[in-house]
Amino acid sequence: MAVNSKQPYNSGLQTVSPQYQKWRLFKDKTTEYGVVAGGLGVIVAIVLIFFYLLYVVFPLFISAEAKLVNQYSVPESNLGKTLLLAMEEQNEKAARLTETGTAIFFNVKDGQTVKIEKIKIPDQAKITSFGQGDLPKGNVVYGLLNGAAIIVKLGYKTSYPNDVRTITPSLEYPLGQQPILMDEKKNALIHIAARINDEQATLVAVTSEKQILMSRFSKEESLFGDDEYERNDTVLDVPGQNIDYLLLDKRQQYLYLINKQGDITVVDIHNADDTKILEKLNVLEPKVQVTVVSFLTGELSLLIGDSSGVVSQWSIIRDEKQKVGLKRLRAFKVSQKPVVAISPEQRRKGFIAIDADGVAGIYHTTAERELIRELVSKHKPVYLTMSPRANAFVMQDSEDKIHFWSVKNEHPEVSMSSLWGKVWYESYPKPDYIWQSSSSSNDFEPKMSLKPLVLGTLKAAFYSMLMAIPLALMGAIYTAYFMAPKMRKLVKPTIEIMEALPTVILGFLAGLWLAPFVEENLLGIFAILFFVPLAVIVFALGWQYIPQAIRHKIPEGWDAAILIPVIILSTWLAFIISPSMEDIFFNGSIRNWMKNQFGIGYDQRNALIIGLAMGFAVIPTIFSIAEDAIFSVPKHLTVGSLALGATPWQTMLRVVLLTASPGIFSGIMIGFGRAIGETMIVLMATGNTPVMDLSIFQGMRTLAANIAVEMPEAEVNSTHYRVLFLAALVLFVFTFVFNTLAEIVRQNLRQKYSSL
Amino acid sequence: MIKAWFKSGSPWVWLNAAAVSTSIILVVGLLILIAVRGLGHFWSSDIVEYLYDDGFQQTVIIGEVVETSRMTVNEAKASGYKVPDNAEFFEQRLIKTGNRDILGSDFRWIQSQYIKKQSYLKDLIVLERREWGNFYGRLVSVKENGKIVAEGGKAYQVAQQSIDRALELFDEIEFLQKKKIGSINYALEHLRLKNRRLQLQGKWNEDEAQQQTAGKTFYEQSYQELQKRLVGLYLKIRRDSLVVKDSSDTTVEIPVAKVVRLLQPNAMNVAEKIWQYGIKFFDFVSEVPREANTEGGIFPAIFGTVMMVMLMAVIVTPFGVIAAVYMREYASQGLTIRIIRIAVNNLAGVPSIVYGVFGLGFFVYILGGKIDQLFYPEAAPAPVFGTPGLLWASLTLALLTLPVVIVSTEEGLARIPKSIREGSLALGATKSETLWRTVLPMASPAMMTGLILAVARAAGEVAPLMLVGVVKMAPTLPVDGNFPFLHLERKFMHLGFHIYDVGFQSPNVEAARPLVYATSLLLVLVIIGLNVFAIGIRNHLREKYRALEN
Repeated sequence: MAVNSKQPYNSGLQTVSPQYQKWRLFKDKTTEYGVVAGGLGVIVAIVLIFFYLLYVVFPLFISAEAKLVNQYSVPESNLGKTLLLAMEEQNEKAARLTETGTAIFFNVKDGQTVKIEKIKIPDQAKITSFGQGDLPKGNVVYGLLNGAAIIVKLGYKTSYPNDVRTITPSLEYPLGQQPILMDEKKNALIHIAARINDEQATLVAVTSEKQILMSRFSKEESLFGDDEYERNDTVLDVPGQNIDYLLLDKRQQYLYLINKQGDITVVDIHNADDTKILEKLNVLEPKVQVTVVSFLTGELSLLIGDSSGVVSQWSIIRDEKQKVGLKRLRAFKVSQKPVVAISPEQRRKGFIAIDADGVAGIYHTTAERELIRELVSKHKPVYLTMSPRANAFVMQDSEDKIHFWSVKNEHPEVSMSSLWGKVWYESYPKPDYIWQSSSSSNDFEPKMSLKPLVLGTLKAAFYSMLMAIPLALMGAIYTAYFMAPKMRKLVKPTIEIMEALPTVILGFLAGLWLAPFVEENLLGIFAILFFVPLAVIVFALGWQYIPQAIRHKIPEGWDAAILIPVIILSTWLAFIISPSMEDIFFNGSIRNWMKNQFGIGYDQRNALIIGLAMGFAVIPTIFSIAEDAIFSVPKHLTVGSLALGATPWQTMLRVVLLTASPGIFSGIMIGFGRAIGETMIVLMATGNTPVMDLSIFQGMRTLAANIAVEMPEAEVNSTHYRVLFLAALVLFVFTFVFNTLAEIVRQNLRQKYSSL
Repeated sequence: MIKAWFKSGSPWVWLNAAAVSTSIILVVGLLILIAVRGLGHFWSSDIVEYLYDDGFQQTVIIGEVVETSRMTVNEAKASGYKVPDNAEFFEQRLIKTGNRDILGSDFRWIQSQYIKKQSYLKDLIVLERREWGNFYGRLVSVKENGKIVAEGGKAYQVAQQSIDRALELFDEIEFLQKKKIGSINYALEHLRLKNRRLQLQGKWNEDEAQQQTAGKTFYEQSYQELQKRLVGLYLKIRRDSLVVKDSSDTTVEIPVAKVVRLLQPNAMNVAEKIWQYGIKFFDFVSEVPREANTEGGIFPAIFGTVMMVMLMAVIVTPFGVIAAVYMREYASQGLTIRIIRIAVNNLAGVPSIVYGVFGLGFFVYILGGKIDQLFYPEAAPAPVFGTPGLLWASLTLALLTLPVVIVSTEEGLARIPKSIREGSLALGATKSETLWRTVLPMASPAMMTGLILAVARAAGEVAPLMLVGVVKMAPTLPVDGNFPFLHLERKFMHLGFHIYDVGFQSPNVEAARPLVYATSLLLVLVIIGLNVFAIGIRNHLREKYRALEN
């Protein structure tokens, strides 16, 4: 074979072109960057969860802000003194009602008059009194010199000509344009109050003769579709002297007569034919005077501002002895100077108050929180009003200037005390921990105490750990240390499969099968606790005396297998015997017996059910970690101990458990974390009532279940929504911290083992 | 001797063994419980006829015995029952009497002491209906157009034929209504949105207007035609009716169109019952639910679960693997990566509801809201992606199962001996070539394990889904014949949620209970199957690398 010397020797290796090398290098780099970017991206995504939760929760803790937008002279100041300032929903237009019976509508922004409308009052009648109606409805009432009254409503119509929002103000007369004659004797009405709702309207007036008159109009549906009112006049049997403030709540149930000295008379006028004085009391310290009185939204409480700069909240409460009376719920110190004006928010239980020096404070009653305190005027304030959405207020000072402020106050309802402390809610007999986040009504006072939920969560976790820890740990000890390897190979995966069982199935079984079963066989369940261990011990004892020939047929480490029939039999026995025992000792029903003897109530879906079901779900978590820890205790330690004459059990207790205890601890922690956050079981197997009750026979509501129940209904970015996020954040941080601790403990243990 | 025995600690060992046994009994017992109750749902049990006399009136009760409960005489007396003095115990039976339209409820508790006579006659029938649940009673005759065509013994055969015919017609009607008319509605909605979009963009002109009108008329015409066909079918399906007698011998006429199945369980032998069992089971997994989910099948729930899990798997696998590769192969193994590893590990322990909250807030409201603003302005104010749906559910669960995949893949990567990587590098391969050709293929079973575990976890998770896209009744499947075929924004049904909803939210829990057990059984089987599979792969893998290390 001739070799062509000109050709280079071909070794069989392919020569690699530089381009290809570059390409390979490029690929290598690209992969590296890709993986690093992807990996970091995933890690960032995970961190994002935490920060997003924080981001949603954060606004709850931002304090409120107020900013002066504009100030201008009072529009049409020649038309009389201001009796009322009121803004509409969008903070575009406002109305000024004057003592001359004129409504001046103006632009809130610059004080430009939009419209002046005179209220239709007969010429000879002079205005002698004025009362504000239910705030969101915009009603006001004027009392006249001739003993008549007229109700006027500030109405706003919104239209969108050329896609621009236009608000047109107007005056309406809900009970007709004709003034309603209240006093036949035609005495002047010096104080007046009125409320209108869908069924009836009530007007109450104090005449110059010091008589208190009430007129009630009940709506009657007529056959022809137009509404007719049935009028009912009463003279209240209450002295009308020395009254400075007259207030009527919107349920038209209670009438409050208040004077400057702080004497309050509450009259129950629910039934017009049977009005009675509910209570008479003085609400102030000596030498202090009432300076302003207002309802809180919902009109269940009074806000009383006094000359010492305090605003106190009073509400009619039925106490534990069923006595109804006016109680002081709480008070806010605005300043040292007298409070001049108070304006409640219309949709939340908050209000704004201002003192004689022009220092204004925004407060929330339920949260007992002062959100803003700011000097808003150098001159003495005269009138103050909060906008319907509580995002602005206007204030008129003694120099006839109007100040228009915008307010940013998104979440006043939340404070440490409202989330964690006892709060005295309106109409509740005493301060309490309550979670009741929403209702259909606008006047509802949200009750957002997380205490019952946290307590419920811990209670559920506690009872399930009570079931899980003994079973899981004892099982782990046996499986890791005493069990035959062959059996262990079967047992471990079986118990680990438990972990994969969907909790919705456990919850369903717990709620629909276990709960009724336990209710029927309550004694049987407790009997098991006694019977099964007893049966096992007796069997083990007996096992000693069985001839060796039979005993040795069962290989060592298979004890657990032969115990299965023993346990099943003893369980069955417990259920067979318990009805007769119930008959003999508890008159047939242990539940009734407990109720009668100790007053322990029984809920069908209770903590016992949760303990059993969630315990079942937690067993594999603890078991598997603890078993790993025990199993990997180095052999030379145990062998050494046995060689020194310790029994296997002593070795277990003194050597193995001691060495593995950090691992066992971390297993319990992780199990606890799982029990804290478990949702479906709790959702399905408890009644989900947020009660503060630790009894094993009562239900609970946990944080996780609460989120699942309420989250879909919560309005986005509302306080409720954010508080639910807070609950989620609490769960997240809690389990994360627990698991991290457990993990660190476990890693240290692993290092310790490897060094042994 | 006993003292010594106690001192040695043996009793404790035995008690520990008992704990293991108890755990095993609990697991196996639970599975058996679900299996028995779930499988029992499809068995055609015999129908019993009681002559019942409780002292006030004598009635005939026809139905299936669901449950028997006993209590002691004392207990019964305490609960306010009248018990004869010589009785040993007090027994009650729960009878499924059906006939909700006549009796007001499906179930009735009776006291065994009042049963005067009990018989299992062969002519008793059970009618599964589309409304009002089952009917129990006797078949009298079959009517066609109001005229009796069969009576007495022959009626059963004729009725079966008539039912088969009606079922076929029913399927056709369903097809026309759901598929055909559904897609016409979809197309019309599409046109409306297009119109709105063009208007918003200011591109609306005469041509478009004409096209729109043409499209509209076309669809409306085909709708009219379909409507005509439907009317014809309705007439046909209404032809027959069954005349039946209930337990009080009242005659009732039931239109065949409302009947799903007619059986005489007492006349069936075991083979026939097994055959029926198969049919019922098939119907269960392939039909849509009826009567507020308390009857019928669970096909949409199975479909929704599978769809969601598949989407989730597609999302979670690449990200999980990349993160694991980064952490094991590329990142420097310092304190930082150790912290990250612990953090990732612990995310698996964070309650699933937290992921749901995150999914709702971030995916649905923020991401979805943005997508709607950018791409679907024409649909406003109705949200498209800014509302819970399939995509968000899959994403949320992908996040939830990410740690599972990462941990499992990392474990697989860690098990690959260093020598293999070094060998590859020594032969001149770049790091990426080593990764692609050697390391990843070897770790692929570990990835599979992770993926399977992730799928098993996702299939059983319900709490987060309640917030991000599951509904009790989805009118349409997320996949259908209308472009783009896969509708990621749609809400879907899910097996786990189905269990929760039917078991706890349905108006007729008692009637729905067997169905919930059957659904649970299906879910448990799928999940245990997946887990056993994953454990198998894991064990196989360990063996394989043990061999490699030696």
